[in-house]
Amino acid sequence: MAPYESDDSTGAGQVDGKHSGRRRAARYVVPVAVVGVTAVTIGLVPALADSGSPDLPKITAQQLVEKIARSDVQQLSGTVKISTDLGLPDLGGLESGLIPGVGKGGEGSSADPTSKLTELVSGTHTLRVAADGPDRQKISLIEKAAEYSLIHNGKDVWGYDSESNEVFHGTAADSGGKHRGDRGDVPATPKDFADQALKSVDDTTSVIVDGTARVAGRDAYRLVVKPKHASGTTVGAISIAVDARTGLPLKFTLTPASGGAAVVDVGFTQVSFARPAAATFDFTPPKGAKITEEKDAGKGTGKDRGKDAGPGEHFRDSGPARKDLAKSGGPTVLGKGWNSIAVFDSGAEGGIPSSSGNGDLSGFLGSLGDRVSGTFGKGTVFSTRLINALMTDDGKVYVGAVTKDALVKAANTGR
Amino acid sequence: MSRAETAVRTPSPLWTFGLLRSELATTFRRWRTLALLGVLAAVPVLVGVAVRIETGDGSSPAHGGGGDGPAFIAQITNNGLFLVFTALAATLPFFLPMAVGVIAGDAIAGEANTGTLRYLLVAPAGRTRLLLAKYATTMVFCLVATLVVAVSALTVGALLFPLGDLTTISGTRIGFAEGLGRALLIALVVAASLTGLAALGLFVSTLTNSGIAAMATTVGLLITVQILDQIPQLHAIQPYLFSHYWLSFADLMREPVHWDGLVKNLQLQTLYAAVFGSAAWARFTAKDITA
Repeated sequence: MAPYESDDSTGAGQVDGKHSGRRRAARYVVPVAVVGVTAVTIGLVPALADSGSPDLPKITAQQLVEKIARSDVQQLSGTVKISTDLGLPDLGGLESGLIPGVGKGGEGSSADPTSKLTELVSGTHTLRVAADGPDRQKISLIEKAAEYSLIHNGKDVWGYDSESNEVFHGTAADSGGKHRGDRGDVPATPKDFADQALKSVDDTTSVIVDGTARVAGRDAYRLVVKPKHASGTTVGAISIAVDARTGLPLKFTLTPASGGAAVVDVGFTQVSFARPAAATFDFTPPKGAKITEEKDAGKGTGKDRGKDAGPGEHFRDSGPARKDLAKSGGPTVLGKGWNSIAVFDSGAEGGIPSSSGNGDLSGFLGSLGDRVSGTFGKGTVFSTRLINALMTDDGKVYVGAVTKDALVKAANTGR
Repeated sequence: MSRAETAVRTPSPLWTFGLLRSELATTFRRWRTLALLGVLAAVPVLVGVAVRIETGDGSSPAHGGGGDGPAFIAQITNNGLFLVFTALAATLPFFLPMAVGVIAGDAIAGEANTGTLRYLLVAPAGRTRLLLAKYATTMVFCLVATLVVAVSALTVGALLFPLGDLTTISGTRIGFAEGLGRALLIALVVAASLTGLAALGLFVSTLTNSGIAAMATTVGLLITVQILDQIPQLHAIQPYLFSHYWLSFADLMREPVHWDGLVKNLQLQTLYAAVFGSAAWARFTAKDITA
């Protein structure tokens, strides 16, 4: 039993020294081939999966819009992927530390729905939705090794943040409207977005059916909503994929006029219209969880926000959650359709950081905006890829999905 | 070495098991292996005792920072079973893969280093079989190491904290028996998460004759990959790093289970195992064994 006899693999190589190098190299073909096959698979599979555009009976835009309106899906469960790219400056962790309520160390409960769902305004998130009639809904925000669930079951509205093990509890009797409001402020499903978009359809808008698509394994019509006169507005087009059978919007994409990636892209990646298991909507607070009742939470955060709503705070809220600002002065709307601009008085006269302060923070905030001037005076424009806002030095705020020039023009004529 | 002779010498399938058994016995009888397992078993004890002391006065664990501690740490005081998940989440980024890197890196290079590799090849098993036995041993170690952490965590959790029904991270409740089942499933997924690294370590091990060098390289690669996975600018390559989906095991605690990340993780591990396993085979079967 000599060693070389049993060593079958290299025997040939040793006998024929000249070819051994080539033979040795040839073995590396295997790992290289594995890598190659994988690369091809990664490249091709998504392309093949996307290529389906099913044959569906022709339908007019009018009929499709009616179909959406008639759609009455009571039972569904699915996964929604939501990506927003507003082009806001990336503040990273700083952001969540600064915004009261969103910051987990803040005084409010981390399970408070208002604070939690504002996280959706930036980045890509995966949501799970389940609904069974008007009384039972659940929406969960999937996080790394954690999840935030908002459960509406009959009288109760529960928010559960698994990471901090905190529970938020409200009752639907006095918060049903508020709960709806929360969902309205931060739309999460493609249907919420589509409803918003179709609400604003008027004579300045063109609505067409642009072929078909497959979304989440279902056949869908593609409805494209576009501003007719493209000057002024930053909205390029809105595309809505509508489920052919149920009329439920499955995917909503908003592309800016400036081109590039979609500003908002919300779509089901998986959807089922079967009744979700009843246990999905059952929630009992886990032992030891910190429970915040809605009233306490409202008091705490509300007071905090009101008291130290400094200029910086106004700025932070001006992007995602403008409702605080809106509260302080009822907005008036200039223009109409896509070019409409909301105007309100922030009450912070001379409070624009870039114009009054000299501190580091002021400089930092100022650097995020552009200084503009016109017959209205001077002001700062904060721009994102979709929404632009002009804060004049006398405290007026002009906000709209319009270009910077349109804002300045509105400020000039609006005065 | 005629054909006839080779045919006679073709080892019986039982040989493979014999080889595997002797490999397993050698590996698990080493003091080094036992010490690694001991360290792994100590981690849940540390976490459990720390949480117990911290919350001794009845307060909930100090977890205001958000995302600072390992996953699930907030729930441990309410249910000891969560210590299993916390312990796995705490050991998976570093302790577990480091132990696997040591075992995998040592597999071939260690034998070459001590001069025992050629004697192993004397046995009529062939290099491919030896390599397979080595890889199987490393994978068994992955499983044993994970189970050691899980069992140690379960014991400590049961001793220090109450057990019972648990709340999934989706907010629904599941019974203790199902919770245990999920814990076992999670342990298996964690063990499977390490197979890619095991294959990488085995490949590195075939490149050198120094056991220490192979271990250091494997652990070094592990650290490098973990760092790369943290750099936001590299998000384009991150889905292809073997550690990227490791923490997806937590998705098993959702209700219903969210499979996307889990499936991606297992696919990625299979890919790493295939690429580096075949590279190790290409290298080892064509290598001159001088020691």
